[in-house]
Amino acid sequence: MDSRQTKRDRPWLMRTYSGHSSARASNALYRTNLAKGQTGLSVAFDLPTQTGYDADNPLARGEVGKVGVPISHIEDMDQLFDQIPLDQMNTAMTINATAPWLLSLYIGLAQRRGIDPGQLSGTTQNDIIKEYLSRGTYIYPPGPSMRLIADTITYTIKHVPKWNPTNICSYHLQEAGATPVQELAYALCAAMAVLDRVQASGEIKTDEFSQVVERISFFVNAGIRFVEECCKLRAFGEMWDELTLGRYRVDDPKLRRFRYGVQVNSLGLTEPQPENNVQRIVLEMLAVVLSKGARARAIQLPAWNEAMGLPRPWDQQWALRMQQVMAFETDLLEYEDILDGSPVIAAKVKQLVEGARKEIANVEAQGGIIAAIESGYVKRELVASHMQRLRAIESGELKIIGVNCFQESAESPLTLGSDGGIMKTDPSAEREQIERLQAHRKNRNDADVQAALQGLSDAAKSGENIMPSSIRCAMAGVSTGEWGDSLRAVFGEFRPPTGIDIAIDNRAVLGKKDEVTELRARVASTGAAVGRPLKLLVGKPGLDGHSNGAEQVAVKARDVGFEVVYDGIRLTPQEIAQAAEEEGVHMVGLSILSGSHMELVTSVLEELRARDLATVPVIAGGIIPQEDAKKLAAQGVSAVYTPKDFNLNTIMADMVDVIREANGLARLGPLP
Amino acid sequence: MVWRGWVRCPDHQMTPAALPDPEQLALRILRRERAAVARGLNLLDNKLAEARQCSVRLLAALSGEHSLNGGHLIGITGPPGAGKSSLVSAMIREWRRAGRTVGVLAVDPSSRPELGGGALLGDRIRIKNAAHDEGLFIRSLANRNQLGGVATEVWPMSWLMLAAFDIVVVETVGVGQTEIDIAEIGDTVCYVAQPASGDTIQYLKSGIIEIPDIFAVNKSDLGAAAYKTAGEIGRSASRQDRRDDWDYPVCLVSATMNTGITELHGNFDRHRSFLAHAGLLQKLRTRHQSAWVVRVLKEEFGTFGVELIGGYAEIGKRLEAQYGNQFEECERMRQQIISRFKSSD
Repeated sequence: MDSRQTKRDRPWLMRTYSGHSSARASNALYRTNLAKGQTGLSVAFDLPTQTGYDADNPLARGEVGKVGVPISHIEDMDQLFDQIPLDQMNTAMTINATAPWLLSLYIGLAQRRGIDPGQLSGTTQNDIIKEYLSRGTYIYPPGPSMRLIADTITYTIKHVPKWNPTNICSYHLQEAGATPVQELAYALCAAMAVLDRVQASGEIKTDEFSQVVERISFFVNAGIRFVEECCKLRAFGEMWDELTLGRYRVDDPKLRRFRYGVQVNSLGLTEPQPENNVQRIVLEMLAVVLSKGARARAIQLPAWNEAMGLPRPWDQQWALRMQQVMAFETDLLEYEDILDGSPVIAAKVKQLVEGARKEIANVEAQGGIIAAIESGYVKRELVASHMQRLRAIESGELKIIGVNCFQESAESPLTLGSDGGIMKTDPSAEREQIERLQAHRKNRNDADVQAALQGLSDAAKSGENIMPSSIRCAMAGVSTGEWGDSLRAVFGEFRPPTGIDIAIDNRAVLGKKDEVTELRARVASTGAAVGRPLKLLVGKPGLDGHSNGAEQVAVKARDVGFEVVYDGIRLTPQEIAQAAEEEGVHMVGLSILSGSHMELVTSVLEELRARDLATVPVIAGGIIPQEDAKKLAAQGVSAVYTPKDFNLNTIMADMVDVIREANGLARLGPLP
Repeated sequence: MVWRGWVRCPDHQMTPAALPDPEQLALRILRRERAAVARGLNLLDNKLAEARQCSVRLLAALSGEHSLNGGHLIGITGPPGAGKSSLVSAMIREWRRAGRTVGVLAVDPSSRPELGGGALLGDRIRIKNAAHDEGLFIRSLANRNQLGGVATEVWPMSWLMLAAFDIVVVETVGVGQTEIDIAEIGDTVCYVAQPASGDTIQYLKSGIIEIPDIFAVNKSDLGAAAYKTAGEIGRSASRQDRRDDWDYPVCLVSATMNTGITELHGNFDRHRSFLAHAGLLQKLRTRHQSAWVVRVLKEEFGTFGVELIGGYAEIGKRLEAQYGNQFEECERMRQQIISRFKSSD
């Protein structure tokens, strides 16, 4: 008997997460990508857009058009979708704190083009919980943020029924260090928090609630341990089915299906021998397509060079071709679920489900995921998991080819080009966006703008659904910063716990006793030589919220004896310099992953000089191309660490030497 | 951390972190220059012998009428999780609104010496309200495993900050002994309690309750539990023999809802004027200064060293004669002890 299906399955939606510089440049890129066979769009917004600031806000300096496209008002949105039919496109927007706003701009644009919003399909990520834990583009406190999510859900269910209003993300939890069990548990807790909030709003009738459940989709990560990852997705399916039936009484099994999109793991991509990332990405994709019953609905793959800098169009094309080979050349889509009936898979799934149930019960006992975030519990768990991963890499227990083993390599022709194998952003993008925004402000009707903003503010205060007034704002020409500020004035701003207040893990410390003991001795003797214990300021300038690296450095520095000041994310260079002054630190460490390191590090150096702190050494870490690292060194940065510097002990030893040098003491050299 | 010989501050710059001229620095601190405050705090923290000499001169230059009568030094303590930092943040917002400048010394625990002695200082992020405020200065400190939970450096640093800010707040995590330490620093000590917590019950039992002047029950938005805790404290707060005529108020506050802060501030101001009118403020600060001197001498030389210059009674007498500025006298006593140690070899 032929075990093949009579009909080949339809492939998943193929996307590439992209956007940069300006709406015009991104539109050109989208149209090229669609012509290459991409079947949906995945919009990357820049950080000012994600955090509700206008391009000319001081906090936006250096960030405009860097990690995505700047969208400041409806004209930008129009340009972004120039010649792209909104009613036929499936558009995913990676947007969270400002999701209601970007969705309003999209709906407003559709209305302006005479398209019925009921025809729009796509997804707004719109998951604030993982922003507090990992991604960092939150704005408002948990209460109002959850309300905004509930508002978009209840609005789209009624008016934009094909839209996925929220994409519960476990993706970023894995990037922050989550184990598969933690990923399952916290993502499902987040989904429950959202559904409970919608239920409590009373806007949805009981018999319509199953439609809300059906619209909840997930955004999942897949790492290199692809058997376990595949089991994780099967576990997700089982648990979601059980949860939606038991807790939300959804009777129709079709509405209980676990629907998810994927971006495979970026955490495991390496800067050394970056070509190896290609096979990593393909294997990771295998985890989310292999099992038909747990197959992804939409996939976007990172590019091979993501750990080095921004990918070029050719790099993104390569990522798309990987998907196409999997979908169209292999026979994968010809079969039913090939893992059904495997006792090995079933046992692994069972183990994950049981672990996740236990952790969910643990979170519920603390009053739910929001309470567990506010108390710092979840973040601490993630920081601890991430630290264990880093220690396993340092010890060689976790093997990463080209990083902690098999490091020898012939010179790669891929990185030899004049561009170093990465994309250069347009340095004039920021200025042009600001000019465009300022011209827009002059051209709009101020009375309309003021009235629309008043309506927004009133709705925010009264608790009325935020979407109708936001769409009016979009049509009136309100800017992203104005929308964000109006709600800041009503809701206030929020900073979640940093999670770095975890206890020193003695077991792990004992495992590496020699190096850690040596480091502690060096930190102590250097402190004695300069007169007081070494004090370090870890700062994250700019709008980038990816704080995992900064947190790991802060915790490690504490473990080897530094007194560490860490103020969390989103600080201006001025604030960082002021903290350096007030705290009397011996060194400032900056972490930047958004690509705006040149502007931000330069600003911090200037601010330090203005405070007569030019002798305080500055180090920088992040995704910093070698060419930029050289320029930073020329400006006075003492050391630059990139993803290839995976060994924290080595970094710590170097940091001590940088401080020694700045204080006229001899370097102690590498650890024995 | 031994203070060695009484030498002049070096005139030439040895390293990039060369020592400042202490008298000049004091003038700048009194002019409330932030950079000078930062520099001064670094100096007071510096254990190198030549830095110690500069420190003594700096403290002496900052001592005077103002250091005995000016400003308000407030100690805030309470169990972990009571919301001290959020409350301090809310308090600062009110003080800043009223145009008063604030200096904060936030003390966090260090890890044990055998675990490297490092510390994570996470209070800034919780205390700060505005991105940029020239009228607020926060210095985080690790307690460096000193007995009592408050590092020895806190007292001289408070002294320096009093010269530059209207209000100086010392925030510590209460772990029993800390309250005793903070009582030897603050003009006014405020204990922050959280409703329905075991810590507060323990606290009530321990007798340490006799130390705070003001109680703030935080998270009053919890309602009944907060009232109950306030009631328990009100009944237990000891009234006998400490500062006569002071009523030990118990305030219900909510840092998150920003309620009760004005009343709490009213009580701080009332306590300060109570101390001033009763002539207690100068006495208190002098007493705290003496307590610090004794602590420094005892930490460095032990009881044996203290006996070498006639014991605690003699030290007390000598300090009494140095009303207002005991830092130089402290240094003289150190030198005497050191020379006796040497001659007894």
